[in-house]
Amino acid sequence: MAERSSSKVGARARARRGNFAPVSLLRVAAILLLWALWEGAARSGWFYEGALPSSFAIASSGFHLLAQPDFYVNLGVTLFEIAAAVAIGSVLGISVGLALGASRFAGKAFEPYVQYLAPAPKIIFLPVFMVLLGVDSSSKIAIGALSCFFPMALSVAAGVRQIDPVLLRVGRSFRLTPSQTIAKIYLPALTAPIATGLRLGLGVAIIGTLLSELQMSNSGLGFLIMQDYGRFDIAEMYAVLAMVFLLAALANGLIARGLRIKGR
Amino acid sequence: MASRDGASPGFAQRAAPILAGLLTLAALALLWQAACRAGYINKFVAPAPLDIARSFPHLFAEENLAGRFFQTFAETFLSAGLAVAVGIPLGWLLHHKKLAGLAFESWVGGLAAAPLVLAYPLFLVLFGRNTATIVAMSFLSGLPAMVLKTKEGLDGTKRVLVNVGLSFGLKPATLFRKILLPAAMPSIANGVRLALIFALINVVGVEFLINFGGLGELIDGLAQRWELPSMFGAILFVILTSVFFFWATGRVEKWFHPHG
Repeated sequence: MAERSSSKVGARARARRGNFAPVSLLRVAAILLLWALWEGAARSGWFYEGALPSSFAIASSGFHLLAQPDFYVNLGVTLFEIAAAVAIGSVLGISVGLALGASRFAGKAFEPYVQYLAPAPKIIFLPVFMVLLGVDSSSKIAIGALSCFFPMALSVAAGVRQIDPVLLRVGRSFRLTPSQTIAKIYLPALTAPIATGLRLGLGVAIIGTLLSELQMSNSGLGFLIMQDYGRFDIAEMYAVLAMVFLLAALANGLIARGLRIKGR
Repeated sequence: MASRDGASPGFAQRAAPILAGLLTLAALALLWQAACRAGYINKFVAPAPLDIARSFPHLFAEENLAGRFFQTFAETFLSAGLAVAVGIPLGWLLHHKKLAGLAFESWVGGLAAAPLVLAYPLFLVLFGRNTATIVAMSFLSGLPAMVLKTKEGLDGTKRVLVNVGLSFGLKPATLFRKILLPAAMPSIANGVRLALIFALINVVGVEFLINFGGLGELIDGLAQRWELPSMFGAILFVILTSVFFFWATGRVEKWFHPHG
C-alpha cells in the first residue's frame, strides 16, 4: 500500500518536472518577447521623445535613485503611512466585523451597508479627509485605513459566523465574560479570516495611501512619482513605479507565505 | 407563526433589522444636523445634511450632474466591453492551450492584484489627459477578472458534455458555441460583473485624479472651489450610484445561474 502511494507521488513529481521545463521556457520566451517589444517601441520614434525610455535607462535611473538618501526618507514616509493605515483599518475592521458577525440582528441591519460601500471608489473621500485632517500624512493614512477597513470587516464577519457554536456554548457554560469570549474563543478561531482580510486590506491600503500621495503631498513615493512626472524625468518615474509594484508584490507574498505556514 | 414553527421568519422579523438599519442612518443624520445647527460642527468643514440635500438641484442645473453620470457610465461600459471582448478569447486560449494556462494563469492573477491605478502618470504620458487614459486604465483593471473567470468556467465544463459533443462530430467552433460557452456562462457572467465593478471604480478614481471627465472630475472641481455642500452631495451621489450598480449587476448575474 505504502509502495503504491509512494509510486503515485513519484509519478506526480515526474509529471510536474516534465511540465516545468516547457512552462519555464514559455515564460522566459514571453519575458524576452515583451522586453524586445518594449525596446523596439522605445527606439521606434513612434512616441514622444522620452515618453517610453529604454529599459537600460530605467535600470540606470533605478540604481541612481537607490544611491540617493532622499529616496529612503520618502520610502520611510510611505511605509509609515501604510503601516499606520493597516493598523487603524484592521483594528476598526476587526471590531466592526466581530459586532456584525456575532449578532444576527446587527448583521442583517448594518452589513448590507458595509457590503455595498465596500466597492465604492475610496479615493473620492480624499477631499473630505483633507478638509477634516489636513493635507499632511493624516489624510493619506485615513484613506488607507478606510480602504483596509472594508475587506477586514467583511472577512471577520463571515469568519465569526463559521465558528462552531459548540465552542461558544462551552464558553458560556464556563461563564466567560464578553472580553474573555473574544480573547479565548473568537480571536483564536478567527486567525485565518483576519489573515485573509489583512492580505486583501494591505493591497488596497497601499493603493489608497499612494494614490493620496500622488494627488497632494510633499513626501513619500507618490510624491517622488509626481515630482518625476513634473520634471518629465520619465525613466526615474518608471523606476519608482517598478519599486512600488515590487513593494506591493513583496508584501502580498510575505502574507501569503505566512498564511501557508499557518495552514500547515 | 411561521417562525415559531421553525419555518421561514415572518415579515415583521425580516423587516425589523432593515428598519433598524434605516432608523440608525436617519438618527445619525439628525444628530449631525443638530450638531451643525448648535455650532459643534463647523459647516465650513462638514456641511449639514440639509445643506447637502439642498445642493442637488444646483448639481443637476449648474454642474450637469446627469451628463457627467452618463459620461462616467459610458466610459465604464466601454472599458468593461473591451475587457470582455479581449478577456473571453484570452481565457479560452489559457483553457485550450494547457501549457499557456500553466505558464500565464498566475501572471494574470498577479496582474489582478497589482496596483495598476498607481501607474496613471505613465498613462498620462502615453495617451495624454483625455478619455483614452481613463478607458485604457479601466480596461486593464477589468481584464484579469474576465480572463480568469472565463478560464475557470471553461475548465469547469463537465467532461461528459464535451465527450457527447465530440461523439456527434462537432467542429471546435461549434463545440465552443454549443457546449463550452453555455456551460461556462455563470462564471463568465460573474467575470463581466467584476469587470464592470472594477471599471467603474477605476473610471471614477482616474477622473478624480486627472481632473477630467465625469463624476470624478466634478468632485475634484468642487473640492478645489471649496463648495463643500455640493462636494459632499456629489460624493453621496457617486456612493449611491455605486451601490445601485453593485446591486443591479448582482441581480443580472443571478439570471445566468442555473439555480437562481
